[in-house]
Amino acid sequence: MSITAPIAPAAWRRGLRLLALLLCLSLAGMPVLSQQKKPPPEPTAPLLDAMRGTTPIDKESAAPLIYSVENKDVRRTRQYAMQPPTIPHSIDGYQVDKDFNRCMFCHSRTAAEAARSIPVSITHYMDRDNNVLADVSPRRYFCTQCHVPQADAKPLVGNNFVDVEQLLQRKPGVMGSSK
Amino acid sequence: MLDLIKRYWKTITRPSAYYSLGFLTLGGFVAGVVFWGAFNTALELTNTETFCTGCHEMRDNVYQELQTTIHFTNRSGVRAKCSDCHVPHNWTTKIARKMQASKEVWGKIFGTIDTREKFVGMRLELAQHEWARFKANDSLECRNCHDYGSMDFTRQSPRAAEMHSTYLANKEKTCIDCHKGIAHRLPDVAEAKEK
Repeated sequence: MSITAPIAPAAWRRGLRLLALLLCLSLAGMPVLSQQKKPPPEPTAPLLDAMRGTTPIDKESAAPLIYSVENKDVRRTRQYAMQPPTIPHSIDGYQVDKDFNRCMFCHSRTAAEAARSIPVSITHYMDRDNNVLADVSPRRYFCTQCHVPQADAKPLVGNNFVDVEQLLQRKPGVMGSSK
Repeated sequence: MLDLIKRYWKTITRPSAYYSLGFLTLGGFVAGVVFWGAFNTALELTNTETFCTGCHEMRDNVYQELQTTIHFTNRSGVRAKCSDCHVPHNWTTKIARKMQASKEVWGKIFGTIDTREKFVGMRLELAQHEWARFKANDSLECRNCHDYGSMDFTRQSPRAAEMHSTYLANKEKTCIDCHKGIAHRLPDVAEAKEK
């Protein structure tokens, strides 16, 4: 029993020609296909990704531990002169939006004395043409763009950063020495 | 009308002709217990979270915000529900607050904040009502759980310990003065300062 409509002889011939062509092509492609079917070489080392670890891509990796934020309220040394100071306390649930800025609740010019906080520097009141505004400049409004709390966490990647002061004290001939 | 009142007054003041004193006393007592129980059960029902979030005004606005805060989820699983902070726990003050809430029923019926826009527009006023209430009762609803006498300053961050041991200790400030917007988002506070 056929479910298709009867095909006219001309169309039959065209169809057969096409089938023959496809057959030839597939035969020609055979060696290539058989080569591809070989299993890929076993990786010498297991997959290692900074974020995923050795978890295969089709498996869900275990979520890393969330480190608790340091809440000691002790000012940290800046690693370089222009570094935005890091936040020495927890900022969980702080609201910083168009309605309210929880950071400025304590770090504003007027609140600093009562809150015994460090008021934000004058640069935060400047627009990009260095005009000093009455309130925090919109481009400096979202504190966590630059300032972040810190956790005592294992770094994901290593680095060999050297403080510029130490760099200046390096002996002549050592890489990075100024003398 | 006056006749009707007189007639009822006569009925009430006349001694009972058919019922014994025992029946009336005991019956009155039992009826009282039943009435009181029912009243308090109904009152407690209006203190549940299901009741508060039964209206979309509360469920879609303030309840959503609460869920992101420490008063909803935290490490130990102790949490505050709406009435813990917004209804006094003491009976007399609770009844007073419940009577005030009739205005909230009015608001619900006439759709005072039935859209997000209306709610945002009125949010500052609503928040100020709550701030005023907390300020007036020395943040009683905070203190129902956060007891000053049980606070261990040494377990607090240095910053928090300093603030609590000075401003809170000398009663210059109460909880709400510094801890506004801990369970819900704050409205535009700049507008509040203008007024």
